[in-house]
Amino acid sequence: MKPHTLSVLVENRAGVLSRVAGMFSRRGFNIESLAVGTCEEPEMSRITIVVNGDDGVIEQVMKQTNKLIDVIKVSDLTKRESVERELALIKVAAENGPTRAEILQIADIFRAQVVDVGSKTLVLQVTGDTSKIDALEKLLRQYGIKEFVRTGKIALLRGAKTVKSSK
Amino acid sequence: MKTGARTLIEALQREGVDTIFGYPGGVVLPIYDELYDSSIRHILVRHEQAAAHAADGYARASGRVGVCLATSGPGACNLVTGIATAYMDSIPIVALTGQVPTALLGNDAFQESDITGITMPVTKHNYLVKDAADLDRVVQEAFYVARTGRPGPVLIDLPKDVSTSQVVEGTPVPGTVSLRGYQPTYEGHVRQIDKALDLIAGAQRPLIYAGGGVVLSGASAELLEFAETAAIPVTTTLMGLGAVPGDHPLCLGMLGMHGTQSANYAVTECDLLLAVGVRFDDRVTGKIETFAPNATVVHIDIDPAEIGKNKKVDVPIVGDVRAVLQALLRRMQKRGDTANWVARINAWKAQYPLGYCEDDHLRPQYVVEQLSDLLKGEGIVVSEVGQNQMWTALYYCFKKPRTWITSGGLGTMGYGFPAAIGAHYARPDMPVVDIAGDGSFQMNIQELGTVAQYKIPVKVVILNNMYLGMVRQWQELFYDRRYSYTELPPVDFVKIANAYGVEGITVTGKDGVREALETALATEGPFVLDFRVEREENVFPMVPAGAAINEMIGVRQQ
Repeated sequence: MKPHTLSVLVENRAGVLSRVAGMFSRRGFNIESLAVGTCEEPEMSRITIVVNGDDGVIEQVMKQTNKLIDVIKVSDLTKRESVERELALIKVAAENGPTRAEILQIADIFRAQVVDVGSKTLVLQVTGDTSKIDALEKLLRQYGIKEFVRTGKIALLRGAKTVKSSK
Repeated sequence: MKTGARTLIEALQREGVDTIFGYPGGVVLPIYDELYDSSIRHILVRHEQAAAHAADGYARASGRVGVCLATSGPGACNLVTGIATAYMDSIPIVALTGQVPTALLGNDAFQESDITGITMPVTKHNYLVKDAADLDRVVQEAFYVARTGRPGPVLIDLPKDVSTSQVVEGTPVPGTVSLRGYQPTYEGHVRQIDKALDLIAGAQRPLIYAGGGVVLSGASAELLEFAETAAIPVTTTLMGLGAVPGDHPLCLGMLGMHGTQSANYAVTECDLLLAVGVRFDDRVTGKIETFAPNATVVHIDIDPAEIGKNKKVDVPIVGDVRAVLQALLRRMQKRGDTANWVARINAWKAQYPLGYCEDDHLRPQYVVEQLSDLLKGEGIVVSEVGQNQMWTALYYCFKKPRTWITSGGLGTMGYGFPAAIGAHYARPDMPVVDIAGDGSFQMNIQELGTVAQYKIPVKVVILNNMYLGMVRQWQELFYDRRYSYTELPPVDFVKIANAYGVEGITVTGKDGVREALETALATEGPFVLDFRVEREENVFPMVPAGAAINEMIGVRQQ
């Protein structure tokens, strides 16, 4: 059981996300994270899904996803060389004084940016893979995280290879 | 210019639609107005669920796409059970539903329901048409998706303003459908086919496990030729009955929970299992770990998602069953020596014949046997769900594909009677008999109104035991005979039929069975036969839930 990152190319139509998500919940597949957006083809969207399961489950996930009429291509990026990123925004309690300086130091190490400064809080923006964001969140917890939001993972194959419609 | 409704009807005609089963309502008024003088025949059912089942029965009997039509909200929701039934058995139907005007969508308008959302899990695909200019394309796509690949139901939701809006006439209709996200594989991979042939040549105890996919792809002749050429015995699923003649020497009958001993023993003992158009359903496999434990498994199916879903497969062949069987036949050079194996199976058949107590009581199996003897495989037999369905599967000898119509996957009580109506319109040349229980029949009994109105010659054979028989059987066997809410009070079905203007006979003794069946079959219109059968008769043999399929109870030995 390990998380697999699936890149799913779909028709850019109303209801497609609900078809994909509905099929996952109906068949008991667990979505760890999900990101949807437009892509290089104006009529298509790309969904990146992180799903947990053994090889048999992942095979079923891919086949069942592929079966949806609006799904054009499904690719498992986990077994291939890929870049994977998530984005997180973290609102952390930062009173004046040494605390604030410490937080800024940690942010610097993680190459996180300060995108909002308040009298009692800082909002940090960080990108990276899942473990990097998890690590930053863990470190900042001691100062008091007021709010935390992160996107689903997005991913692309390295090099010239692409996940494209076979046509 | 023409209306959207007119465009819809013309698009349906281009798809060859001759019959629609439906029920009118507010937002489909424009469509009904076009149907009024259309060449398409519309059959008015008494409940929308029956429209969906009738479309499904039409599709199963004919191999063409069945069509049903209902209004928005409750009308559309009433179709859902019928659509789900078709989905589970891979039956091509197109369901047309009215919808509130586009401006009111999402507004909780009168009779609004999100039917595309509701049916997403039980359709192969569905459409909400928001622009009448899309109608031609959507209808063409819907029929294409429904009937190709692994068939299934498709729903088209039609807001009222789409039906009334004006479309430019003479817009060219696309010639062929091309969907980049939907490209079924029809031809099996040659290397996989040769691998299967090598296994067949080396197998000593091969067995064909054939299912509904054989019927759907029209592969009965190929399957029989393949079985005979390679001398391999065949067992079929509930959905595969009729794919090979039930009285063929190589046929073992049905396998699974209520399968024959010979079929279940053969599965357990075989060294090569050729699974053709099947999906290893739990009612077939019993405890999956002990299903065909000694066999190398070849699985032929058009749906790649079925391969490896329930059972590990050694040689998967994705493709249309018919095309793959043709390729197997073409490329077969050597067959294994199966003489000993066939002899062993024949010994099982002789040792464990199907049977029931042949005293002078009126037993349901006897009714089915008599009907089988009268129709000789030349009629269409539809069933409801439960004991009636299993007795029919076991005691009626099906000889041809598409002569057996039953809700296998979903197990929908109330399916049979409306499906029989659909079957009649698909094959008006064939007698159509619905074998029912008193429980199931009462689930769509209102369709007596439909058969009376159109004089539809469907014969209903009620095996009336005044119980929800299959549930009662489980209560008897596994719940210490505590018959919790399974007893039904007596109903005079003939009186009900008469009230609708349908003839009927009540039969209480074994000696009246044959004559009553003959009378019903000789009558021109619909007919209801109420057989008051032995109340606590059970369906045997039986594999208890969770057991291996060779661990059967109720076994009779010669």
